[in-house]
Amino acid sequence: MGQFIDGPLWAFSLGVFVLGVIWRVVTILIAGNRSDLATAKGSAGKGAIRAVFSRFIPERTVTSRGRIQLIAGYLFHLGLLALLFFAKPHVDFIAERITGLSWSAMPHWAFIVSAEAAFIGLILLWLHRVLNPVTRLLSDLDDHVGSILVFLVMLTGCLALAQSFEPLRLIHLLLAELLLIYFPFSKLMHAFTFVMSRGYTGATMGRKGINA
Amino acid sequence: MSEKFEQGVQALRQQIDARISAYFSSCVHCGLCAEACLFYTETNNPRFTPIHKLEPMKKLWRREYTFWGKLAAAFGLGQSLTEDDFAEWETLVYDSCTLCGRCSMVCPVGNDITYMIRKQREGFSVAGYAPDGMKEATRRALKIGSPMGVTYKTLKAALAHVEKDTGMTIPVDKQGADYMTLFSSMEIVNFPEYIESIARIFDATGVSWTISSKAFEATNSGIQIGNKEAAAEIVNRVVIAAEKLGVKYVISPECGHAYTAIRWEGPNLIGRKYPFEVIHILELLDQLKKEGRLQLEYKDSIPMTLHDPCQIVRRGGVVKQPRDLLNSVAEHFTEMKDHGVMNWCCGGGGGVSANERAEPLRLQVFNRKKRQLDELGINTMVTACANCRITLEEGLEHNEMDAEVISLTELIADHLVKDESKV
Repeated sequence: MGQFIDGPLWAFSLGVFVLGVIWRVVTILIAGNRSDLATAKGSAGKGAIRAVFSRFIPERTVTSRGRIQLIAGYLFHLGLLALLFFAKPHVDFIAERITGLSWSAMPHWAFIVSAEAAFIGLILLWLHRVLNPVTRLLSDLDDHVGSILVFLVMLTGCLALAQSFEPLRLIHLLLAELLLIYFPFSKLMHAFTFVMSRGYTGATMGRKGINA
Repeated sequence: MSEKFEQGVQALRQQIDARISAYFSSCVHCGLCAEACLFYTETNNPRFTPIHKLEPMKKLWRREYTFWGKLAAAFGLGQSLTEDDFAEWETLVYDSCTLCGRCSMVCPVGNDITYMIRKQREGFSVAGYAPDGMKEATRRALKIGSPMGVTYKTLKAALAHVEKDTGMTIPVDKQGADYMTLFSSMEIVNFPEYIESIARIFDATGVSWTISSKAFEATNSGIQIGNKEAAAEIVNRVVIAAEKLGVKYVISPECGHAYTAIRWEGPNLIGRKYPFEVIHILELLDQLKKEGRLQLEYKDSIPMTLHDPCQIVRRGGVVKQPRDLLNSVAEHFTEMKDHGVMNWCCGGGGGVSANERAEPLRLQVFNRKKRQLDELGINTMVTACANCRITLEEGLEHNEMDAEVISLTELIADHLVKDESKV
């Protein structure tokens, strides 16, 4: 079983993830957009690039009325990114199994801080999702499945940190593989498509000479 | 299943482009768009969350464009879009959205939710699920030429008054003029002072201009109801008239969505670029001032604030010009806390003011503007949209507020340097 999780299932899940993400992006692109015939006031390209980055900085409406989502969102995403790319076992795994490239891992204390930030952020976001009337109305099964899968991957990842108990590492890897398989067919795709969304909106607004 | 419903679904299907697909793919249901929408902030009703208003289109997208939707459909499972969805969502799509675009500015993944609602209205209008007031306005616009039933005779009477009051001759159908100006019905009927103002400004600045007797109406109810064929026909009338007169520019008046219609959507609706430029009246005034042709005298000492019309500012890109113009005639111009591209809508845009059944809700959400004014303690609000103006005036009256709404163009005209030779 361990060999299956470590070998064929890993290759399969990575393949589904990579091909699935490409498929999703391509299907969006081929839906196409009509070219805009209105004379532009500003640059669509600059507007797109600006929006991709400027939306990381929240507007005052968000900082005043959406503080929970803002703080929890940043805690979760930054924590998760730090864990994903700078936790020592991940750095080693990526170097050995995916890219062959290695970089410095974060120290243990940074791992603890990142993990705490990610857990607090994710739990807060999920609580907000189920308790706030707006997000409760909007949320569907996909939102909950995505949140729970990510939570379980993070949880087992922390439990497997010491790497002293092989079954824990395998459970973590198995859940991560399930997440990779689920990813292209879910809202988790926003990790890629947000660039397109921001870009499309930014380009339109950029043509009008508006900073979006 | 009715034929109209099928046509509505087909129209909706045709709206799903790469942008819409990317937007639905990116939405993580964070709900932040609700916090930017005055229909939610003033009612606390979660159903008014902007992205929730797109459930019918999302349902179609999910079923026909996603893996799970297609899989479910293949096994006869999952939910299809139904006529009940149109019926249930009609008020959300038309009564509780002014297409103001504020939600589009705060979405963390960058979704232009307003664009999506504008597109969704295309399906709703084809299916027949649109407010009667907007249907009637569109019918009048196509049949008579104006959503309020204003004919050239009505305009001619208004022009006669202006000519009598000013002693000027208003140019009509003047071949080869530089600028052809448009009006909104609201200006002709409710605010004819606007016509007099631009006549005086153009006279003072030596602008070569004309009005077309064939196409003077800027209002485009096809844009508001979401009917691209109607919208295209209304735009086309202006384009044909401008081409016949050989003008270099068409001036969009103080009307928000008219600017969106003629400036930004127009060429795409008719499928070709214009042989002329479209300029908003505020852009032209600002340009004339910068060129030194628009000479203004003295500044008003009354404290004033600016209400940004959403379609001109946030969705149109005319942000700096109204501020520069107002600063040139007002000694004490103070911005509202949320202003410019983050202004709060008057509550009557996107056809809401033409939708009678939406009136109680519109007056309720005016509380946002009321609070903005109360915070400032200023009683003079300048704006540049006839629809905003009438919506604001109704809101002020409803709340028994002692405040006035002034047109920026009219304010500029009042500050023209007097030509002594004409006194």
